[in-house]
Amino acid sequence: MSGSAIVLLAVSIVLVWGGLAGSIIVLARRPENDHMPEGGEDTRVPD
Amino acid sequence: MTEHAEQPAAAPHTHEKREHWSGQTAFILAAIGSAVGLGNIWRFPGEAYDNGGGAFMIPYLVALLTAGIPILFLEHAIGHRFRGSAPLAMKRVHRHAEGVGWLHVAICFVIGLYYTAIIAWALSYFFFSFDLSYADDPAGFFTADYLQLGEAGTVSLSFVPHVIIPLVAVWLITIVILALGLHRGVERLNLIGIPVLVATFLVIVVRALMLDGASDGVEALFTPDFAALGDPQVWIAAYGQIFFSLSLAYGIMITYASYRRRRSNITAPGLVVAFGNSSFELLAGIGVFAALGFLASQQGVAVGDLEGLAGPFLSFVTFPAVIAEMPGGQFFGALFFASLVLAGLTSLVSVLQVVSSALQDKLNLKPRTAAVAVGGVSAVLSIVGFGTTTGLYLLDTVDQWSNQLGIVAGAITMIAAAVWFGRRGHELERHLAAVSTLRPGKAWLWLVSAVALLLIYMFVDKAVTLLVDGYEGYPTWYLVVFGWGTVAFLALAAFLMPVMRWRKDIVHFHPWPTREQLKLPAEVGERHTEDYDPRSGP
Repeated sequence: MSGSAIVLLAVSIVLVWGGLAGSIIVLARRPENDHMPEGGEDTRVPD
Repeated sequence: MTEHAEQPAAAPHTHEKREHWSGQTAFILAAIGSAVGLGNIWRFPGEAYDNGGGAFMIPYLVALLTAGIPILFLEHAIGHRFRGSAPLAMKRVHRHAEGVGWLHVAICFVIGLYYTAIIAWALSYFFFSFDLSYADDPAGFFTADYLQLGEAGTVSLSFVPHVIIPLVAVWLITIVILALGLHRGVERLNLIGIPVLVATFLVIVVRALMLDGASDGVEALFTPDFAALGDPQVWIAAYGQIFFSLSLAYGIMITYASYRRRRSNITAPGLVVAFGNSSFELLAGIGVFAALGFLASQQGVAVGDLEGLAGPFLSFVTFPAVIAEMPGGQFFGALFFASLVLAGLTSLVSVLQVVSSALQDKLNLKPRTAAVAVGGVSAVLSIVGFGTTTGLYLLDTVDQWSNQLGIVAGAITMIAAAVWFGRRGHELERHLAAVSTLRPGKAWLWLVSAVALLLIYMFVDKAVTLLVDGYEGYPTWYLVVFGWGTVAFLALAAFLMPVMRWRKDIVHFHPWPTREQLKLPAEVGERHTEDYDPRSGP
């Protein structure tokens, strides 16, 4: 493979798969907002 | 909510009879299952290859960040705040916008009809892989032996039994999944299907990378042509790929977000969905081009000289040729077509859930009744249209018009109804900020409007091209009936369905957080002056 193709492959992988990993980490660290307004409770419909 | 103005005071307990995802992960997997479909496998690699190779990744990533994620957030915000199927949520956005939701529903109904046929073909090919029936002459096998293709631009009622049998099977499976309901049907399918799909595809990609010539294929995909970045069509192709790949503007994300609990994080899971979809797309691109590199080396030609690098022919002609040449072809052929079936099924279910959910809301039907009604009618139309010797041509035509015009129109009208005319932009931005861990910011609304302008250009450009040049050389009468006829059906659904009355109470609805909690005036459209800080407490 040429150098430019390898660089583009690596950059694509880092940005796209890195974006996925990063967004998963952000979500895992703070899955829910702790400062939501009051209310908003809803009932679950039985299956 | 009473039409456009809502109750000023928050209802202390907002009870609603709506199905819910069991949790955040279930929603994320279902949304990824919807977004990851056949287009990820057979559209992305071809688009990238044709539009600058490795350089295509630059406009692709720009499009993901400036269009894909913003529109995804918009749909999630509409569905989550206005809590309904696409028509109901859009009616709550603006009292005249119900038709936009029905446009989405009609698009999903049409797509469901032919998407099932492709999954049925993949199911057949899964079984053909065990004895490599397609190996000797993949092109002849697909068109002559399997589809028994008739004359292009004609309508045949000559049915092909070995296409109809898997087609009926796929419809039965789909109806059962939908009838089981959101939690036991759609959610379970994705909880099992998506991890299996990713694992299966990883095995295929790793195997493909170990084949002779694989590096030539990957090189062909990633060798950058930076001059292509100066071509506006390359950028339009990138925005189109992101747009079609993420299942935007079909009403799917509105519907799926409406099943989330009110107190749910919206933006961060949206990012996982968007990057998850692109990650699978990239994986598929590497795997497909590694396999194409192998095929080219076996045939002693360059990758660029191969035919059928995109669309159904990539999967049902070119890939079978790869499988025929590779060691262990039976096993990897079965894995590949099983992946296609899984990727297709998780998307198909999401498309039909849009239709089912809309009928549940409008006619006050139970999920099981709606699923059987939608599935039954669709199955009959699907078999009559796509189980014949001319099904491929019909599929090609209906797909072109419903995708390139219908979906783009669905996006433009959704943005116009919600942001431009409905003036819900700030409300939706503050809604996302109030419930989510990541605030989209004011730039989000600008991006959404800018995307709509680009989409208007894409719509006009495509409509003029189809009007002037026709499509694939099909006769004019054929394109008028099945191409423009599809558009006419979508428009009729958008205009006529809102005339029917709702069979359930949709008036007593209180969006949460209330406009008061979001520091917005009670009346929609009234100028707001107060800033909103989601961390300032209730």
